[in-house]
Amino acid sequence: MSDGKTVATEKSFYEEGTTKSPKGIKSWIFSTDHKRIGILYLCSIATFFVVGAILGILMRLELIAPGRTIMDAQTYNQTFTLHGVIMIFLFIVPGLPAIFGNFFLPIHIGAKDVAFPRLNLLSWWIYITGAFLALLAITMPGGPVDTGWTFYIPYSVRSTTNVSWAIFAAFVLGFSSILTGINFITTVHRMRAPGMTYFKMPLFVWSTYATAWIQVIATPIIAITILLLIIERFFGVGIFDPALGGDPILYQHLFWIYSHPAVYIMILPAMGVVSEIIPTFSRRTIFGYKAIAYSSLAIAFVGYLVWAHHMFTSGISDTARIIFSLLTFIVALPSGVKIFNWVATMYKGSIDPKPPFLWVMAFIFLFSIGGLTGLVLGSLATDIHLHDTYFVVAHFHYVMFGGTGTIFIAALFYWWPKMFGRMYNIKLANYTVVLYFIAFNTLYFPKFIMGYMGMPRRYYDYLSEFTTLQFISTIGSWLMAVAIFLIIWNLVRSLKTGRIAHANPWGGVTLEWQIASPPPLENFHEVPVITHEPYDFSQLKEMDYESK
Amino acid sequence: MSHENEKHENHSTGYGLYIIVWLALLGLTSITVTIAGIDLGSYTLFVALTIAAIKSYLVISIFMHIKYEDPIFKVFILISVLTLAVIFLLTYFDIIYR
Amino acid sequence: MSQNEHTLNDSHGHVHRDDVGARMGMWLFLFTELLLFGGMFLVYAVYRFQYPDQFHLAATELNTGIGALNTIILLTSSLTVVLSITALQKKNKLLSVLLLVITILLALFFMANKYVEWSTKIAHGIYPGSEVLLAKQNGEILFFGLYYVMTGLHALHIIIGVIILAFMVVFILKDVITHDNYVKLENGGLYWHLVDLIWIFLFPLFYLIQ
Repeated sequence: MSDGKTVATEKSFYEEGTTKSPKGIKSWIFSTDHKRIGILYLCSIATFFVVGAILGILMRLELIAPGRTIMDAQTYNQTFTLHGVIMIFLFIVPGLPAIFGNFFLPIHIGAKDVAFPRLNLLSWWIYITGAFLALLAITMPGGPVDTGWTFYIPYSVRSTTNVSWAIFAAFVLGFSSILTGINFITTVHRMRAPGMTYFKMPLFVWSTYATAWIQVIATPIIAITILLLIIERFFGVGIFDPALGGDPILYQHLFWIYSHPAVYIMILPAMGVVSEIIPTFSRRTIFGYKAIAYSSLAIAFVGYLVWAHHMFTSGISDTARIIFSLLTFIVALPSGVKIFNWVATMYKGSIDPKPPFLWVMAFIFLFSIGGLTGLVLGSLATDIHLHDTYFVVAHFHYVMFGGTGTIFIAALFYWWPKMFGRMYNIKLANYTVVLYFIAFNTLYFPKFIMGYMGMPRRYYDYLSEFTTLQFISTIGSWLMAVAIFLIIWNLVRSLKTGRIAHANPWGGVTLEWQIASPPPLENFHEVPVITHEPYDFSQLKEMDYESK
Repeated sequence: MSHENEKHENHSTGYGLYIIVWLALLGLTSITVTIAGIDLGSYTLFVALTIAAIKSYLVISIFMHIKYEDPIFKVFILISVLTLAVIFLLTYFDIIYR
Repeated sequence: MSQNEHTLNDSHGHVHRDDVGARMGMWLFLFTELLLFGGMFLVYAVYRFQYPDQFHLAATELNTGIGALNTIILLTSSLTVVLSITALQKKNKLLSVLLLVITILLALFFMANKYVEWSTKIAHGIYPGSEVLLAKQNGEILFFGLYYVMTGLHALHIIIGVIILAFMVVFILKDVITHDNYVKLENGGLYWHLVDLIWIFLFPLFYLIQ
């Protein structure tokens, strides 16, 4: 990066880069500018999302009728494994922190970049390397993985598919996640602008900060688990394989010690985005700022205490089951704190229902269903009945897709004008929210019913009793495909034909709305001095904001 | 927040303190080896780990300069060690009672 | 050419480097290492709980003498690294380099011992997948599996540490690291101490449980 001089200039970061030439592919893939890196992530992550979505649609198509429809059973196993691996490791874990965290976290705290810009670029390169390895795992002889994304022992030791490559890809992607986490924590502690005390930071920063801690502390556990599994496969070292005295349940423990906190890596930044969007479109300061900030940290911590609720039927001790079930209920508390505070923020606010706000409304509905059904699964008695059924599939799609996925789209629609300086078609976006909401529930709600009726997850075939609900669900997947297409089309088209967005199209007051759209290279012409609370809308007058 | 980016304070520990700590570490090593020869029954592991913990404390606070570092670093270490402890504890609820 | 440490402006527009930030980043990285080995220690703890007698039996095969010697070597190398930083602070560049070179030599000595130790085991037919090992009880197979993986991964960290320290020597000689800008050396030293810390736990858990 440069020697630290902030030069007053009207150029945006698109016209001025950290590399020699501001144009061309090299100015992007070797740029250490956090905004360019954020957009690099956006392009790569969006690509993998589309791939994962196509795999999901193919699975739904296979399940439209009992028996073989378009693929054989082995291909189906590989399809759902790939769908899981891509969606989790390549889309939803890096999604919000790597794209919007990178782009907006430094701006939110008044910094000109992250603490370690070159490390930031490196973590994108590691991400791409991991993605490339995942691609190898698909194309190399041996065939794509068929173990499911959880890679449970002993099948993952025995399977002849490219398990080692696939999990090595996950290992590498974990590194990328760790480096991003280290960067964000250091940035928040060391790079805040004068006056930006911890409790003046926007809530997106708080939640991304909590996420970064999970990334740093939890990811190494999956790294070592994967490494042990690879060593076991290559050298026949006895570690988890029961044939050599190992304990397969211990593998499950280690896997979920990471993978449960990882769920909070996925959802926490989304909650942060919600806490940004709701005050902006309600023109009202957030209700319970500190409660939301602390609840992010609480979720990050309590998230470590509940992992074995994924293992209630695996043969762990009764004592452990009771303790983990109890702890699972505790997680609901900080999440509930957030939901109530968001709703309270809207109370007596001056609500402006623009597309980002509508996406958030969809989120609150879908995420609440996902969260409440999580409690159904967290209680021991009901879990015995519902474990490994479609109920679980529906639950985590409501939480992950309905929660994080919806907010991913909301964040795109909220920050798109800031990132690209163009406004999309608002009317079309409004219709898309409605279509998306209908599609989502058509696609996933039948799965709650099917799961309750006993339809197991990951099955290739099913009894004819399930045909109607499976058919409805598949119709939902087509509607969802249309909704996703409309989202992408609306956004991409705006780059060419959208009207120019001005600096503050929504009337937001956090720092990103006080600089040009798109922002200049080092974000601020002079270091901002923060005097206001983060959601103090009396600033709008000083900012010469005129609502239309 | 205006961090005045103070340079790392030249905490004027000479060579002496480090050598004393090193001698202490060697002493603890010889104690732990000696004790391992004595049968303490179920306390063996406890004693060995306690000595290892004391050694780690010396290395972290003196050699790794945590004693002279910004207090937030101590909070960080506490968070990581606590997390690890919680993971051990909760896993053991399964293993012991299985 | 302050490439690793970032620069930032304070309100006067004066350029600062942030040593505390650089060390913070390093510490956060060390936590990931701590948790990485922590995961393995968890596996060890669970299996030792499940097979206490077989772990004791298997551990009798290990050479406590070599283990203790390696402990002393690593503790001493930790000392030389930290002295090297002090020497540099006192502007004694030559002594600083000399102490780093001693550290590297000690690390190589450690690796030589490790080589002797492993090759003796392998000569006795104890290595993953060997007939001798597979004929043993489950707990012993697990013990040696963990022994190879954990000391092996630790040895890998030693090798990486040697490479890092070698770079530090070059940096000091080329005046990239100087008496008033030595955060790189501090971070390299932190990494080396971590390797030492892990060994402090590996040693009693593998070599001292007969």
